Amino acid sequence: MLEIKNLHATVDGKAILKGIDLSIQAGEVHAIMGPNGSGKSTLSYILTGREGYELTEGEILFKGKDLREMEPEERAGEGLFLAFQYPVEIPGVPNTTFLKEALNAIRRYRGEDELDAMQFVKMVREKTKLLGINDEMLKRAVNVGFSGGEKKRNEALQMAVLEPAMAILDETDSGLDIDALKTVANSVNLLRKPENAMLVITHYQRLLEYIVPDRVHVLADGRIQRSGGKELALELEEKGYAEFAGAA
Amino acid sequence: MTDAFTDHFGALRDHFPGQDLPWLAELRDRGLQRFAESGLPTPRLESWKYTSLRPIEKVDFAATGVPRACVSIDQAPSLLPDHTDCHRLVFVDGHLRRDLSQLGDLPAGAKLLPLSEQLAADPDWLQTHLDRLDDSQLPPMLALNTAMMMNGFVLHLTRGTVLPHPVEVVHLGGAGDAPLAYHPRNLVVLEEGSQATLIEHFSHMGEQAYLSNSMTEASVGAGAILRHYKLQADALNAFHLATVEAEIGRDATYDSFVMTTGARLSRNETSVRLNGEGATCHLNGAYLVRGEQHCDNTTVVDHLVPNTTCREVFKGVIDDKARAVFQGKLKVHRDAQHTNGHQLSKVLLLSDRAEIDAKPELEIYADDVVCSHGATAGDLDHDALFYLRARGIPEAEARAMLIEAFLGESIDQIAAEGLCPALMTSIGHWLADSRREV
Repeated sequence: MLEIKNLHATVDGKAILKGIDLSIQAGEVHAIMGPNGSGKSTLSYILTGREGYELTEGEILFKGKDLREMEPEERAGEGLFLAFQYPVEIPGVPNTTFLKEALNAIRRYRGEDELDAMQFVKMVREKTKLLGINDEMLKRAVNVGFSGGEKKRNEALQMAVLEPAMAILDETDSGLDIDALKTVANSVNLLRKPENAMLVITHYQRLLEYIVPDRVHVLADGRIQRSGGKELALELEEKGYAEFAGAA
Repeated sequence: MTDAFTDHFGALRDHFPGQDLPWLAELRDRGLQRFAESGLPTPRLESWKYTSLRPIEKVDFAATGVPRACVSIDQAPSLLPDHTDCHRLVFVDGHLRRDLSQLGDLPAGAKLLPLSEQLAADPDWLQTHLDRLDDSQLPPMLALNTAMMMNGFVLHLTRGTVLPHPVEVVHLGGAGDAPLAYHPRNLVVLEEGSQATLIEHFSHMGEQAYLSNSMTEASVGAGAILRHYKLQADALNAFHLATVEAEIGRDATYDSFVMTTGARLSRNETSVRLNGEGATCHLNGAYLVRGEQHCDNTTVVDHLVPNTTCREVFKGVIDDKARAVFQGKLKVHRDAQHTNGHQLSKVLLLSDRAEIDAKPELEIYADDVVCSHGATAGDLDHDALFYLRARGIPEAEARAMLIEAFLGESIDQIAAEGLCPALMTSIGHWLADSRREV
């Protein structure tokens, strides 16, 4: 599903990613762990096409398509979703309007019929019920005045509504209480189907208790230093990243 | 240019309504004299520092004398979804079109009529309201309006009269075969405890240049409420100069919103005198300008007595080489303790060449007051833009969503049912036009 080959990237002219190779197949969940400043968030922004993050070498294929030439909205249309580490507040835009616009934009991109207001409300209600999210959250402006936990729940709701082929979770567990963590994990596990894939970026192993990965990679100094099965996460939890400190 | 207007005056002299009234003829003469002395305002005047009327001088305006019959139109647009109940006056090229107007059922105690009719019916009453400005202090455009005032309307509510339906005044310009200049004069008198909603809609039927130099005097008596909302969507080569002078009494409220999308050059100049305890004014506005448009919102609020309140928020979206001006003066007089005055100008600059000149001014002579002002200008929030795009919303739509949200917050505050959707629609059209040009 996702093929990253020899990926180099810079931010403000500074080299952050220095040759990443990563291959994620449909049905798999991969975790990327690493110390602060190792390039984890840069990787998520490079994948989703954020301005200011420049790919200088290598290539990224998503479902066989070259992502380099695509706008962020086209990548979303192709089925890529980033759960933000810091979800953005958007005053004046109701959450439900945002969700409906996003879903219908993606449906338009795929040549599918848009959902009308009734169909949309019905669908969203099902998702909020499934995730145990209060419908009241839909009426509020996007993330405005939301607690940290509410913001992450809202990311989970968007993910459930948009049903991406591949979700990237960027430090989704940071600053979360256990209930919000479970909501997020539920949403992720709903998407865990043979045709979908997932990339979980995290500093700690805690989230991986709820979202069990197939593969774990250690990112340090812009490169993947080591890869292994889920037991690698536990090992890192025990030993920390000291082993890779030299590299970073 | 001054000569041109003086010529207009000579040509129209015999057509002016009420010319047989000595006080009015004298008033006009004094206005003209004052204007002849001052000429059009120039940037040398402090209050016109950021707005130059030079482009007006380059147009050869004709005076609008008698209405021409050739303008054919069946009905005028309305900003209200259901305007069957509202009271409508429609002006085309500055002239009242009775066939398009609809006074409706006005309650007892309410009067709505064109200035000329009021002059015929009750000139003495009108004199007490019109003939009280201090000539020597008259600003140039007001002096010109005083000399040339021809059309306009009078809205008068006696004590306790509440208008259940809004008054909608529609001005359509640009239909003529030559550039026209006109100077509407409006008078709104709300006596104690009365209430009205006044909606003004400026639009156009053609693309001919025109100059509208209007003056609206409003007197809001004790406990009365005047809601005054305006959409200025004039033709893009029109000039729109509008002065509002409002006097707000004890516990009375003046709630104003001015939205600008049209005109090559526009200026809304609003002066409010809060002269009764408990008086409140809201002076809000929104504007969207692009190309080479110039939009000026200038306000002066005088807090004259204790316990008065003013809230002022102007939000603008400026694209291309357009330019906006916000001047907000808040003057707290010596006796006006416990004044509550807040003023804010917020602007989105969508291009490198867009410009805003924001000049807040606080003059405070009382010591126990709460006053604030602020001005911000910036680009659309890049983080928000990326967030929307990362969810699949194309860039143009994402930008439009953020702009609508930015202005929508102000428009939601308008207390006239049915008007908000029309204003949001006009924003939607503006954004759609922007996208088409890209």
